Amino acid sequence: MLLGRLCEAVGLPGQEGEVRAILREELGGRVDEMRSDTIGNLIVRKGPAGGPRVMLAAHMDEVGFLVSGFTKDGCLRFVKAGGTDDRVILTKPVLVGPQRLPGVIGSRPYHLETDKDREGPVKGDKLCIDIGCTSKEEAERKVKLGDPVVFDTCFAEFGEGYVKGRALDDRIGCAVLAEVLKQDWSVPVWGVFTTQEEIGSRGATIAAYSIQPEMGIALEGTVSADVAGVDNDGLVTEPGKGPAIGIMDSGSIPNRKMLAQVVGLAKQHGVPFQFRRTTSGGNDAGPIQRTQAGAATVTISVPCKNIHSPVAIASMSDFDNCVKLVGLFLKSVEGGFRA
Amino acid sequence: MKDLIRKFVEAYGPSGYEDKTRAVIQDEVEKYASGISVDVLGNLIALKKGDGTGKKIMIAGHMDEIGVIVLSIDDNGFLRFSNVGGLNPAVVLGQRVVFENGTTGVIGSERVDDLKDLKLEKLFIDIGAKNRQEAEAKVSVGDMAGFHLPMVDLGTRLVSKGMDDRIGCAVMALAMQRMGRTPNDCYFVFTVQEEVGLRGARTSAFAVSPDLGIALDVTRTGDTPKSITMAVGLGKGAAIKVKDASIVVHPKVKNLMTETAKKHGIPYQFEVLEAGGTDSGAIHMTKEGVPSGVISIPTRYIHSQCEMVDLRDVEACVNLLVKILEGPVNL
Repeated sequence: MLLGRLCEAVGLPGQEGEVRAILREELGGRVDEMRSDTIGNLIVRKGPAGGPRVMLAAHMDEVGFLVSGFTKDGCLRFVKAGGTDDRVILTKPVLVGPQRLPGVIGSRPYHLETDKDREGPVKGDKLCIDIGCTSKEEAERKVKLGDPVVFDTCFAEFGEGYVKGRALDDRIGCAVLAEVLKQDWSVPVWGVFTTQEEIGSRGATIAAYSIQPEMGIALEGTVSADVAGVDNDGLVTEPGKGPAIGIMDSGSIPNRKMLAQVVGLAKQHGVPFQFRRTTSGGNDAGPIQRTQAGAATVTISVPCKNIHSPVAIASMSDFDNCVKLVGLFLKSVEGGFRA
Repeated sequence: MKDLIRKFVEAYGPSGYEDKTRAVIQDEVEKYASGISVDVLGNLIALKKGDGTGKKIMIAGHMDEIGVIVLSIDDNGFLRFSNVGGLNPAVVLGQRVVFENGTTGVIGSERVDDLKDLKLEKLFIDIGAKNRQEAEAKVSVGDMAGFHLPMVDLGTRLVSKGMDDRIGCAVMALAMQRMGRTPNDCYFVFTVQEEVGLRGARTSAFAVSPDLGIALDVTRTGDTPKSITMAVGLGKGAAIKVKDASIVVHPKVKNLMTETAKKHGIPYQFEVLEAGGTDSGAIHMTKEGVPSGVISIPTRYIHSQCEMVDLRDVEACVNLLVKILEGPVNL
């Protein structure tokens, strides 16, 4: 399963090479143009070169950590790359560096904590990673400063049509985009697997300037608070109830006509959908909207529980419906689109 | 002048939903423009052509106003919402809001014992619906509402929602009406989505590619009881911006404004705004850079439904803008 391979690849912001290689292999020979640019975006065209360009963006990078130093006893100091909650870090198994060296994020045991210690999560900068070394020299031989660190998580299908894995944000968007690009289109579809979204949508900014699209769709794995203890008003999105269409976030407000078109198509064709019921967060739609003289954009996301944690959860029916909805939109703009 | 301001400020138009406001403004300015267009983000661009010997000047005022966006609708028909632009929970509690289709609601709150706990999450909109079904017939998740109150005429001072920045749009419309022959190609851009990050100005400035940028926007004052320290006051003239959080005004643009005001006896004051930004923040960083400045309309109680301006300041802003645009610009 492509999604499984993508989720187990390591791709921190600026180090997306493994993910890019998988996508290159998957799409090789099945698209009309494929190149990567200076910042590492993988830019793929499907369909004719002329006509109103639609840019679809899914980001390859994931949040994680970078090795920032060594302790005398051979453990690793680390810093965050992108936003990870301190509450999910303690005691987790991780993979370090390109050779995927196993490590464990250390913590004092419960027995030794005082009541005050237990009041809040331990800050990430107070922790270190144990890689089973006993001296700084030994650790330095195995690991380099700046090496990526990710949670050690196996991807798996479970339950009725659900998947769990690391980095569903946004490998699930990458997998949606790959499926879309395997189909044939009569409008120029520019699929961009972007870099560095988690630290400010930097890849999308560069790619959008170069493609200069008329329309843009960000394909995301997005937040869901569909967990115990959250009342109905605060769920934001619910896995299994269809792709989540953005209403506004910190990066952009969707183009009204394009939004109405996407919602109308979903209703007309009986594709389940939900609105993303928050204005928090941002994604690649922002820089696409504001590139050059501007573009019409929307965001369509697959809801993911436990986002930015060791293991996220998503529904494959949402995935399928996301592919379907994007396809319906691309078909609908064959005759042109006036935003 | 009051009628024009009333039409502008009372129009509906939170960020991204400026269509109705744009129609009102377009109707007013079309007759003074040699060309008019609307771009993909919704910016209204009205050109007043010069005689071909001058500069290309972009004048920007934003059409959008702050508002609220519906996040969810509950079984009893209450709407939870988030802010569009900067919104103080204490300012919106108990106020009326109106949606684009005319649906009106009031903002209520959960029980809050300490005002410090008053957060937007505690508030809801009541549109008088008895249940979810009735509410969903009128509004949808993602719909936006703006403040709903008529403008009040206090004589030389006016109070309304939406002065930020329809008063800037009004200054631009009045300048288009009054200005005579000019060497400069003047692009009057009524921008979208300023309140959420200067977005319309960014893309329109790229398209216009001006030699000089001038934003017209409101600025706060320091002339109310125990206010923050700020030199700007109501009735003291057009405020020539020196700096805010988005721009350090190009000294030559500041001088151009100051010299023009002095030459024509237009009352002016300097403005240093510690927080906040305007469209010039986006314009001056466009392409290889655009010298830019701001003429600000002093306004009390910004981002409330009771924004207050003084007509003498508005008049001074119009005069200053007209004189700058009519004259040769040498930077």
